[in-house]
Amino acid sequence: MSVIYDKSVPGRRGVRLPRSDVPGHTAIPEPYRRRSALNLCELSELDVVRHFTALSRKNFGVDTGFYPLGSCTMKYNPKFTEKIAQLDGFSSLHPLLPQLRRGGMLTQGALAVLYELESMLCEICGMDAFTLHPMAGAHGELTGMMIIAAYHHDKENNKTEVLIPDESHGTNPSSAAIAGYSTRPVPTNRKTGVLDLEALKDMIGDQTAAVMLTNPNTLGIFNAQIREIADLAHKHDALLYYDGANLNAILGKFRPGDGDFDVVHVNLHKTFGTPHGGGGPGAGPVGVKKHLVDFLPISRVVKRSDGTHALDYDYPKSIGYIAPFYGNFSVCLKAYAYILNLGAEGLSQVAENAVLNANYAMHCLKDDFEVPCLRTCMHEFVISASRQAENGIRALDIAKALIDRGFHPPTVYFPLIVKESMMVEPTETESKETLDAFVGAMKDIARQSRESSESFAGAPQSTPVGRLDETRAARQMDFAYALSGA
Amino acid sequence: MTPNDRKYSTTHEWVKVDGELAVVGISDHAQEALGDITFLELPKAGTSVEKGTECGVIESVKAASDIYSPIGGEIAEANDALENAPEQVNQSPYDTGWLFKVKGIDHAEIDALMSADDYETFLKEQE
Repeated sequence: MSVIYDKSVPGRRGVRLPRSDVPGHTAIPEPYRRRSALNLCELSELDVVRHFTALSRKNFGVDTGFYPLGSCTMKYNPKFTEKIAQLDGFSSLHPLLPQLRRGGMLTQGALAVLYELESMLCEICGMDAFTLHPMAGAHGELTGMMIIAAYHHDKENNKTEVLIPDESHGTNPSSAAIAGYSTRPVPTNRKTGVLDLEALKDMIGDQTAAVMLTNPNTLGIFNAQIREIADLAHKHDALLYYDGANLNAILGKFRPGDGDFDVVHVNLHKTFGTPHGGGGPGAGPVGVKKHLVDFLPISRVVKRSDGTHALDYDYPKSIGYIAPFYGNFSVCLKAYAYILNLGAEGLSQVAENAVLNANYAMHCLKDDFEVPCLRTCMHEFVISASRQAENGIRALDIAKALIDRGFHPPTVYFPLIVKESMMVEPTETESKETLDAFVGAMKDIARQSRESSESFAGAPQSTPVGRLDETRAARQMDFAYALSGA
Repeated sequence: MTPNDRKYSTTHEWVKVDGELAVVGISDHAQEALGDITFLELPKAGTSVEKGTECGVIESVKAASDIYSPIGGEIAEANDALENAPEQVNQSPYDTGWLFKVKGIDHAEIDALMSADDYETFLKEQE
């Protein structure tokens, strides 16, 4: 594989820039001028098109194949939402417009989308208000934790600590720490696969600011002790935080607000059919109950008595600005279109099919792989390659072997509490035929690990580069490409 | 297998008394579970540590984890050689892969940790 610079031919041109026709002196002042040549690659337009088209064909995405990356919900995003996001009235809108005099009247459509999406998320999650500003899941967590900190500060509560189950997403403790709290992990009960309630009872106290839960958790199990946990937390004026990364499993079935959660974030890019992966753009809206509304970030979209929408900045207790403008508007717009298109019935079916697909795949694999928590799972499940590891075949080897069989590997080595873990999330958009093909590939790999374990060393063979030395890549990081002749 | 000249904690660190100092490292089980170690952040000499609290970070190709000090005291020395050779922790967890040395140690605190046999039993229970 060559980089675009390798294809450079001195003197070749793709575009010819016109001479400046701006009268007067426009040159960059002497001290700010570059001394050395720019060293750009020199190629024709066709060279560039072929280079990037070739790269794009090496890509693997949910549009090209099955992508069961657990904890990530890499589900298919229907294409109609892209069309809507490209509508000129939305895509050409300047984000400053609603803040300009009379500009609000020119942006009523966009403001209505934001207002209505907030209302729809309130209904889906059972919360009283939402902010759409956070631009990713972890950003939503941090916003949520800052709201919790503002609440305790306002009440003059002396809180120091946030309790987080050891099977939670790694971003939870980070968000709590950045919001100023120390964190303590609550152990998982190995029999039930969910948070150990007795341990929580021992750890919780007046110093506890919040308990952060992901439900269903990273073992793909729904924690039914929410009532007890909520009561326990609220007894100490600790708030209950819901990490909505796994909302796909409970859409239309369970509302965090009904479970007495005080704060929730949802990942529009996981659950609500907007693009995910490649670093975004994402969106992590945060919902709160009434007692926290005053602390939400500004601006907030309001509906006036005449039915028009406007931005309101008058919230003196607000945690302030957390994002430029109003968050990732186009992501919110796609989520809005997705929710309206599916409706209440469609959203419930998302959860039903996501859970059905995960349980189907888990039961097909349970004879070939260790399943640490063999009970009805939610939208994802965890298997362990511990049986295969006895023959020297680890989760990583299985992941590589799956690539050669045309599948994106599931998440490996997470959650950390399971040895040689592999976390599979099929999502609702996959057909039985696809699931059967994946199960077939996994069974084939299990058989191969018993019969010819040495054959794994060469995998993957179907990729542009083979087995990479991940250890060396981490120990001796080198991102710079040495240009020839530079 | 597990050297019986030292003590072990439930967070998989070992402690070996060496005169006035106690040497701390991670067990073979811990390095095996972590996989290839790529980066370590060790406590600096002079910092005081408390039993059971985080005092560093260990990163592997699989995960980033906290290092807990199994005992209290003051850091006398960190194994700086690991900065350029973190693989020592994988290759020699009980010897050249030691992490840090602690002074001002409380012998009773060290005695209360697990023996090699107890630690092996503990690992079996964890399975």
